[in-house]
Amino acid sequence: MLSADLHKRLGAFHLDASFSAEPGETLVLVGESGAGKSTILNLLAGLMDPDRGRVALDDTVLYDSERRLSTPAHLRPVGFVFQEYALFPHLSVFENVAFGLRAQRLPDAAVVRSARAVLDQVGIADLAARRPQELSGGQRQRVALARALTVEPRVLLLDEPLAALDLQTRAQVRAELRRRLADLPCITILVTHSPHEALLFGDRIAVVDGGRIVQLGPRDELLRHPRTDYVAQLMGLNFLQGRVVSKEAGGLAVVETGNGLMRVAGPLDEEREVFLVIDPREITLHLTPPSGSAQNVFSGPIVEMVPEPPFGDRVRVVLGTTPPVVAEVTARAVDDLGLREGSHVHASVKATAPRTFR
Amino acid sequence: MLADRWSARLAGLAAALFLALLVLPVASLLLRVPPGVLLERLRSPVVTQALWLSLLTSLASSLAVIVLGLPVAYLLAGRAFPGKRVLETLVDLPMVLPPTVAGVGLLLAFGRMGLVGRVLTPLGMTIPFTTAAVILAQAFVAGPFFVNAARAGFEAVEPQYLRAAATLRSSAGYTFLRVVLPLSVPALLAGAAMTWARALGEFGATITFAGNLPGVTQTMPLAVYIALQSDLEAAVALSAILLVFSFALLLVLRHLPSVTAR
Repeated sequence: MLSADLHKRLGAFHLDASFSAEPGETLVLVGESGAGKSTILNLLAGLMDPDRGRVALDDTVLYDSERRLSTPAHLRPVGFVFQEYALFPHLSVFENVAFGLRAQRLPDAAVVRSARAVLDQVGIADLAARRPQELSGGQRQRVALARALTVEPRVLLLDEPLAALDLQTRAQVRAELRRRLADLPCITILVTHSPHEALLFGDRIAVVDGGRIVQLGPRDELLRHPRTDYVAQLMGLNFLQGRVVSKEAGGLAVVETGNGLMRVAGPLDEEREVFLVIDPREITLHLTPPSGSAQNVFSGPIVEMVPEPPFGDRVRVVLGTTPPVVAEVTARAVDDLGLREGSHVHASVKATAPRTFR
Repeated sequence: MLADRWSARLAGLAAALFLALLVLPVASLLLRVPPGVLLERLRSPVVTQALWLSLLTSLASSLAVIVLGLPVAYLLAGRAFPGKRVLETLVDLPMVLPPTVAGVGLLLAFGRMGLVGRVLTPLGMTIPFTTAAVILAQAFVAGPFFVNAARAGFEAVEPQYLRAAATLRSSAGYTFLRVVLPLSVPALLAGAAMTWARALGEFGATITFAGNLPGVTQTMPLAVYIALQSDLEAAVALSAILLVFSFALLLVLRHLPSVTAR
């Protein structure tokens, strides 16, 4: 288990963050730029020292301000994938990946064997002789990941691993990276500014704002119960996971979410795993079953109603439907419909509302 | 608009005057000496001796400066430490010091009664007025060119690469050898070229500290100066040879970095 208690002043900026992470899980730090996410990674890696605090990996203390102890970065069992990847431009892909092994003065045969194995694992063995400048963004990302993995880190840190990619490759690389990270036995900490990525990658999600972790918990907990306005704004999305079970006329795919069916527009193949993200403002509430064009109607009681600042004229409505969803409606709609906690309502979602990810 | 046009004209005039200052002496030298005479002069023992000595000493002093200057450049490129300003100033000093003053200083240090000379003389070693003195004088005067270029090169290496290396189990020393040094090659080559050129042209400190003994301390610039006092034609020919040589050197070294940098 990694446990961290970090306090750092950088000019007017104060970072105060405490958290822990378990082997095999991915902890996502999400927040806007300047929130202190990257600083947390730098402090964990030993690229920067906190003013005060403690970092420990099981029984191994990496940093302890009270004991004046700080393990130098190159002796920490940490791997780092940098935002722009920072691949060495003067070295081939193979030498980039082998760098961490050569730095430990391992015998040449062992270096070649281990580096080859990781290149194979990440699927870039055919690129070994290339220079980083000759690679596409997605390929660079895989090299950066391979390079960090060769040193067999117990903690893998990824700083905005998708930000350097253009939109077209991002979706594909994201799916691939998610599969890879899910298989890793190490502790993975991923930084992103995108709530979507946080939902896709995070077993647990820590929302960072102004140098503090404003909420940390399992994905579902953050989605259902955002504890601050900021988290609600950032995370206030419906997130469903499922499989395409059949196709219907009009390009609709039927997704079994494990908790009810959802009809989704878009080119989705059958039997495919998908993630659905629905903006709560795309969900409308009715007192009687709607007859219009909505392809999904879920009925159930209102579990909770939370006013949604900053202007306070919107209300988040948590529904006990199958699947459970959260709607966000205007305060005026609440009055017009006479909505109260416990009211039975019908929530309609257009097939075009969910954003799909794979 | 009018003011713009006038300032453009003024700038053009200034540039033309500056270029004339550079081109006129060079052109005069080359026009004065027919290529045949140049080749003939190249065969005379005084010229070959001086040219050979210049080549040898300038290479030796450049090499010494590179080996001894690299750690200094690395130190200066790194984080602040007490006395860093003083060290910086010390390194730059030879660039502003008149070379004859440098020669006097070297003489005082390595002469019979000097700080170092006092130790060396009983051991049977004398430095002033030897080829070693020529090398020392050149190293003193040319050193800053390399140290400053190397330092700029080290400082230009993206910090992200150093951070990446650190997270890949690389100690500071290993990072220097495998990342900083290779990425600084263009800067190091440019610095080496400037250093070599400065060493090749060294005159004041050499004549003060090493004297003017043909075959031992008489380098090309000294040979030119001596010839000027007896045989103008010889001086011109020697100058032309040195000019062509320096120009060729600069041309080759200027293009080297862009080839290696990829």
